[in-house]
Amino acid sequence: MILDIRKLTRVHGSGEQAVHALRGVDLAVAAGELVAVMGPSGSGKSTLLTCAGGLDRPTSGEVLVDGNDLTTLSRNAVAALRRRRIGYVFQDFNLIPALTAAENVSLPLELDGLRARSARKYAEAALVEVAIPELAGRFPDEMSGGQRQRVAIARAIVGERRLLLADEPTGALDSDTGEAVLQLLRDRCDQHGIGGVLVTHDARHAAWADRVVYLRDGVLVGQSGPLPEADVLLQETR
Amino acid sequence: MSIKHGLLALLRVDAKYGYQLRGEFEAATGATWPLNIGQVYTTLTRLERDGLVRSASGEGNGDGRSMYEITDAGRTELTSWFETPVTRESRPRDELAIKLALALAVPGVNVTSVVQRQRVSTMQALQELTRLKRNSRDGDISWLLVIESMIFAAEAEIRWLDHCEAMLSRHRAAQSKQHDSLQQGGKQSDAGQGQAPNQTEAGAQR
Repeated sequence: MILDIRKLTRVHGSGEQAVHALRGVDLAVAAGELVAVMGPSGSGKSTLLTCAGGLDRPTSGEVLVDGNDLTTLSRNAVAALRRRRIGYVFQDFNLIPALTAAENVSLPLELDGLRARSARKYAEAALVEVAIPELAGRFPDEMSGGQRQRVAIARAIVGERRLLLADEPTGALDSDTGEAVLQLLRDRCDQHGIGGVLVTHDARHAAWADRVVYLRDGVLVGQSGPLPEADVLLQETR
Repeated sequence: MSIKHGLLALLRVDAKYGYQLRGEFEAATGATWPLNIGQVYTTLTRLERDGLVRSASGEGNGDGRSMYEITDAGRTELTSWFETPVTRESRPRDELAIKLALALAVPGVNVTSVVQRQRVSTMQALQELTRLKRNSRDGDISWLLVIESMIFAAEAEIRWLDHCEAMLSRHRAAQSKQHDSLQQGGKQSDAGQGQAPNQTEAGAQR
């Protein structure tokens, strides 16, 4: 398992004011698997993702990324794991406007101590992966929304990431561009054995996942998929 | 689904055998509506009876099957089909909407779980459709249009289910608020008459 979440509980505040964002959630994501999380706002989707990515600490439970329990690691060790193994994609891209596409992508590697030249090489390879190598020298405000999201995905997959976490990555994109982003996430999982978790409110986009799980009030209430093997006969007639 | 008009459309260019019609129909719609050969011949027989197609004379292929060609009346029918929009009323009643309406009307049905089960099922269908779309060739435009139509329909159904759920929970919240305020109002007016009536009321509601 790339991601193995066990009995995850997250309570914000305490006493009368306590808000139970998550109540004992179990979720495992295998290598090559893309899982979508759906639920109404306030159901705990984003908290689940931030806990999975080590950006938030659960109140109780375990979060294993590639076998490492984030809840028992030191703050520095979690940060290192986040830089090396976990990629994040946000709705609003979170690119640094003063840096070019290639610089945005290589930044996490350089922060991790890699020399600028090798970081740059990894960044260029990642930009090839997301099909925009020609935009390496452009700044974010010289790109379309779809191109910016591709840069953000390149930053999330650069180096040897194992877990890709996406929070409404298509929220700011038109539907065709959104589909292209989903195709890209799907390909990463299929071809590179990355585990992916996609938070979305959009059923059309969630349908790209192998499994769709539903959160209500911090509890998983159901799951669609995984699909049976593709109908071979139907494929052959196409 | 109008098999009748589908077959007329396929016959517009030239005469065809039943098995050819079946293959071409499935190719055009991406095997979304698989036809069995029986349906094809039953439909052809009806079309012939109505004068919209005729068996092409002397074109039997040995096993008694004949080729069919479209008549002028058939062409007129086909043109009018393409020119007339499909009305909402001509589609079958929406079983799901009726099911939810009845689930609400009849006591003892857990509507939320009816909604959730439907959502899981429709999402699974949407996942299947998305996989078909992913695996299809770019040039396969008529097939892609058919898949997209089903994707939009499944997506709309899921959005509607989300909407139902949100409406239901608002409705319940409003009801319980109303209920609380009624009870509180009751308590105030009962204050001088002891607690007994309130207890019976609360007991009856459980």
